[in-house]
Amino acid sequence: MDFMVFQYPMISVQACLDGILLGILFALIAYGMALQWGVMNIINIAQGDLVILGGYIAYFMYLYGIHPAWGVIVSPIIMFFVGIAIYKLVINKVVDRDLFISILATFGISILFMQLMNFAFGADVVLANSDYGTTMLFNSNVVLPNSKIFSAFISILFAICLVIYMKKSKLGRAIRATAQNARAAKILGVDTEKVYAATFGINAALCGVAGALISITFTIHPYMGLPYTIRSFMIVIVAGLGNLPGVAMSGMGLGVFEEFADYILGTEFRIGSVFLLLVLILVYRRFKLSRKREYLK
Amino acid sequence: MKISKIILSFISAVAILLSTSVVSFAKVVGDKIVLGAAISLTGKYSSNGVHTQNGYNMAVDRINSMGGVKVGGKTYKFEIIYYDDESNPKRAAQLAERLISQDGVEFMLGPYSSGLTKAIAPVTEKYGVPMVEANGASRSLFTKGYKYLFAVLAPANLYLDVAIDLAVEKNNGKGVTVAMAFEQDAFSQDVRLGVLDAIKRTGSKKVIDDKLPKELNDMAATLVKVKQMKPDVLVVSGHTKGALTAIRQISEMKVDVPMLAMTHCDAAKLSKQHGKNSQYALCASQWHKTLTYKDDFFKDGMTYDADFTKEFGYAPPYQAAESSAALLVFKDAFERANSFDQKKVRDALAATNMQTFYGNIKFAEGGQNVDKPMVLFQVMCDDGGKCENKVVAPTKWASAKLIHPIPSWSER
Repeated sequence: MDFMVFQYPMISVQACLDGILLGILFALIAYGMALQWGVMNIINIAQGDLVILGGYIAYFMYLYGIHPAWGVIVSPIIMFFVGIAIYKLVINKVVDRDLFISILATFGISILFMQLMNFAFGADVVLANSDYGTTMLFNSNVVLPNSKIFSAFISILFAICLVIYMKKSKLGRAIRATAQNARAAKILGVDTEKVYAATFGINAALCGVAGALISITFTIHPYMGLPYTIRSFMIVIVAGLGNLPGVAMSGMGLGVFEEFADYILGTEFRIGSVFLLLVLILVYRRFKLSRKREYLK
Repeated sequence: MKISKIILSFISAVAILLSTSVVSFAKVVGDKIVLGAAISLTGKYSSNGVHTQNGYNMAVDRINSMGGVKVGGKTYKFEIIYYDDESNPKRAAQLAERLISQDGVEFMLGPYSSGLTKAIAPVTEKYGVPMVEANGASRSLFTKGYKYLFAVLAPANLYLDVAIDLAVEKNNGKGVTVAMAFEQDAFSQDVRLGVLDAIKRTGSKKVIDDKLPKELNDMAATLVKVKQMKPDVLVVSGHTKGALTAIRQISEMKVDVPMLAMTHCDAAKLSKQHGKNSQYALCASQWHKTLTYKDDFFKDGMTYDADFTKEFGYAPPYQAAESSAALLVFKDAFERANSFDQKKVRDALAATNMQTFYGNIKFAEGGQNVDKPMVLFQVMCDDGGKCENKVVAPTKWASAKLIHPIPSWSER
């Protein structure tokens, strides 16, 4: 245990800001997960692997001399079609089955993706340099890499666009209608098959944006997807489905929690603390639910 | 009719079995010495696995084309049976069993990484199969009393203690303050133990001792502490992701530290991926092409570098060089043993005392090479942004002068 973070107030500020910027990025991934969970009732274990694949797209652009920030536009376009392909090949066969089957199917996709990425891109850890520089705050006591600020800004931008799209567009309304009641939507003429494919594609596209941002801010590696799946799963569990402000808040909360866990417990327990928090929240939710049931009786 | 048919097919099956196991796989067949190796051709170690395999192949071709191995007045050629261990220790151990008990291999070459070598060593030991390995540096490999394991590389605890000595030397012999960040795997933890020994020996002080997770991609917290504590030396070891993450975040967060020492800069292609941001980083390396060791097969480091680049299209990282050296050691031992008896070859290996282009090789009781110091190189860039690794320590091999302390970010 190390309580240095409380001895120096500037470190606390640093941890909070780092956590919030990171959390916004997590929230973007989680929003994609919440969307398709809500619409299709599928928990996508391959979420993190889609993120990493998106990161590789930005990385390859960078290798060919294009600034990786353009990955934020190219990566989601490619990933949208990857998402639709996955839907047509696998997901549409499990979409009406129970949750366990879909978890198994996406788990399989996750393993397949990891191995394919390893095969295609090699096992080296890679990153794309944005050369965005650094912002110094409070007399240079708090440093924020501009790449992190850029990531958070782009994440917010995409989230806002998506919300507007969901509210205003025809497809967006169809998606929301399907999420509320798939059968009723179908009766009223919504092509649910198309809605499902589009939802999966949109989710993959969001993963593509996040992946491109991660290649600029952190590092990517074929086997690094799982922590992102776990984080988004947790954010969705806390925030619930179809609740964007909730997702954003719990994303930032998780980011700050992780940063503080990192300072206090040590970097080695960073991911571990996320898992622990997940277990605690699941237990708490169960406890709360069972209490509610008894009350209803 | 029926019975004779069954007997006939039984005999032919046995004949086929015998012919495959004897003709193609026994240890020495005709004029071939068959070595076995499980290598990570897929999975997370696949890049370094390929370097290892290229190093082995390069040496096999070279030795074979330069006259092969002379044993008992006859000339033999090397051949290697490879299996892909998928970067998985369990699979590696199974494959070692298979190589030895099914394929009849009697001499082994090591896999890539300490973890996989650790998985294979008990198997080769059980069957009394001599193994020369080139990519397992963990100290724990050499404290188990293995008799048939020989490593051409320096053990992990020697990777970064040179850096602490260097910092103390620059501080006029007075102790320094050290910040450490190490991944929690066998290799990095051994590197850490070596650094701790050096800290104790030189009267230095550790101010930060962070452990990094396997899924490391953010070490901002450690770096914030470094900014606060202002240590004289920052030591980082976490394979390629550790090296890449450290340089990215140090440059982004403008962390000023007089000396930064790391492992795996070669493998991380640090100067290629980060360019000028990686400047002044000190990196531990088993080998560097400018070292002046010599042998009859590859001549010296520069020639090896040129030949390897010509054949495989990229400059050899030290993982390839040390793998090539393993074959030279085997050849030397076979010739001195003048026999293919496993015990005699083992004894000849234990008595090895030779120089290769990769360095001097002499094994201690535990099997580690004690005659080859680690070198430290520093990433140095010219004004055009072209970066090169130059050896700065030990002084005997230095091709450039150490730049110390590292200029602060505001002056760069």
